[in-house]
Amino acid sequence: MKFVQNIFDKTRPLVEKDGKRNILYPLHNALETMAFVPDHTTHSGAHVRDAIDLKRTMVTVIFAMVPALLFGMWNIGRLHFAAIGEEAALLDSFLFGALKMLPLITVTYAAGLGVEIYFSWKRNHPVNEGFLVSGLLIPMIMPVDIPLWMVAVSTIFAVLIGKEVFGGTGMNLLNPALTARAFAFFAYPTWMSGDQVWINTKGGEVVDGYSGATALGDLATTVGQGLGNTATDAVMAQFGAGGHYSFMNAFLGLIPGSIGETSALLILLGGLFLVFKGVGSWKIMLSFFLGGFVMAGIFNVFAVNEFMGLNPLHQLMLGGFMFGMVFMATDPVSAAQTETGKYIYGFLAGFFGIMIRVFNPAYPEGIMLAILFMNVMAPLIDYYVVEANIKRRAKRVAHA
Amino acid sequence: MSTEVKQKESLFSKKNRKLISDPFNDNNPITVQVLGICSALAITVKLEPAIVMSLSVMFVLAAGNVIISLIRNLIPNRIRIIVQLVVVASLVILVDQFLKAYAYDVSKQLSVFVGLIITNCIIMGRFEAFALGNGPWKAFMDGIGNSIGYGVILIAVAFFRELLGSGTLLGVPVIPQSWYINAETGTGFYANNGFFLFPPMALIVVGLIIWAQRAKNTKLIEEN
Repeated sequence: MKFVQNIFDKTRPLVEKDGKRNILYPLHNALETMAFVPDHTTHSGAHVRDAIDLKRTMVTVIFAMVPALLFGMWNIGRLHFAAIGEEAALLDSFLFGALKMLPLITVTYAAGLGVEIYFSWKRNHPVNEGFLVSGLLIPMIMPVDIPLWMVAVSTIFAVLIGKEVFGGTGMNLLNPALTARAFAFFAYPTWMSGDQVWINTKGGEVVDGYSGATALGDLATTVGQGLGNTATDAVMAQFGAGGHYSFMNAFLGLIPGSIGETSALLILLGGLFLVFKGVGSWKIMLSFFLGGFVMAGIFNVFAVNEFMGLNPLHQLMLGGFMFGMVFMATDPVSAAQTETGKYIYGFLAGFFGIMIRVFNPAYPEGIMLAILFMNVMAPLIDYYVVEANIKRRAKRVAHA
Repeated sequence: MSTEVKQKESLFSKKNRKLISDPFNDNNPITVQVLGICSALAITVKLEPAIVMSLSVMFVLAAGNVIISLIRNLIPNRIRIIVQLVVVASLVILVDQFLKAYAYDVSKQLSVFVGLIITNCIIMGRFEAFALGNGPWKAFMDGIGNSIGYGVILIAVAFFRELLGSGTLLGVPVIPQSWYINAETGTGFYANNGFFLFPPMALIVVGLIIWAQRAKNTKLIEEN
């Protein structure tokens, strides 16, 4: 370890303020604090003493994402081999997916950290750890075969417009990872939606009866067809027991979709870990789930088409709902800050998410749009929560 | 006329030239005064309508400024807005008819936005703030200056939106066809950015222009 320490010590004069390579200071600083415990102390009196800092928070979230990520890798491999009709061992599937995933992750980190380092250098502050999580979230919500430069462009856009223009980590109005996805979704719809992008079928002929659509894509075709007719029966059969999109399959994640979003089970596991560690807000997760459930329940009562008629719980297992609930809506910066506000924020995000998804089948990822929308509304919610509190307390004072 | 002896100003004196150069940068109608945003968002998908729009606004603003300036001493103060509206509406109808006659395609693309020049805040703003209090020549210069400031931003936004969104400029493809990803042959690496076709992207491009402008022109940065 002494050896590594020596490298950092030797190169430090080069990158410090009047050094020749001071553009590299943020990178140097980031790598050093990653390798060694930083020796910074607070300048003024500390008010809260806790071992947790931004880095530990971020690493906790990364740990929570790992199960879903590993599952996602395996799932893309499994779907690939199933689509071209080949038998593959568990390890083969996993390796196939890992090789697909690795370039995505690398490109995202390189693009995002590039922008972050540039701004840190310009603004004279160390690189924040904020991008550690975004950089892993972004590849997890992309389709498997998206061209890498599209991921890079979306990431740069998200870090620049979603984060740096507002002042960097901790100041952003929008969730950067979702901003990246929304950008990619509107900019390159051909590579972000439809039934061609979710399963890699290169290197072989697809088998008979192959369909690359997602569960939500198939459900969207039933809109406008009414209930219980032959046109929709074939689609809905896949949602029954034993079908491709059966509740169990959707819960375990054995369905096509964005890489990391499919397995509700493992995402929930990550969510439990976050709640247990005190990093993710259970209030947001719970109210988000309730919001989605209530909306799906309301649809279920009216049920003018099969999409609305789907069992509410089943509805919530599909698409990005679970992933959005656990990893996106809980982003501590862009979510509501007040405790009451968190309930309102989460509930409405889930509520609108299902509403957009069902009412506008062109936007199957309504969850993404709903969370971004509520990100923008979060300060407003907080404002009214605080105002209400002030009013209540003023009344109490007046009575006394 | 005031009683004090007025020095005769040359037509292109420093002060008059400032009327043109000021709205170009320090007092740009779009990026500094944030006026005329609606049209900047609506008709900047393609370069051609943006250019036609800029020229139309230039005509309406310059001619309107001169007319208002000429009759400024005759307009009763209480009904001046109505008078201004009549002037601008007549000019806009002229532009609209002209476009329909000689540039029908563009006229169709611009659709209601030609008519909506009437409500373009820049025009009423300049009438109120400048033409009512200055002579015709100055008012003319002010009209030209402000419409250039408006047009430059409009055309810049349209340039990026058409280039990145459609891969063309003035309708001419500038990105080689062989660059585009072709699903059948598996060649190519490029794709147009569909987001640039949506109005929100115009807003973001305008924002980026404002950012770049303020980074260069530090006196625009507000103290807070």
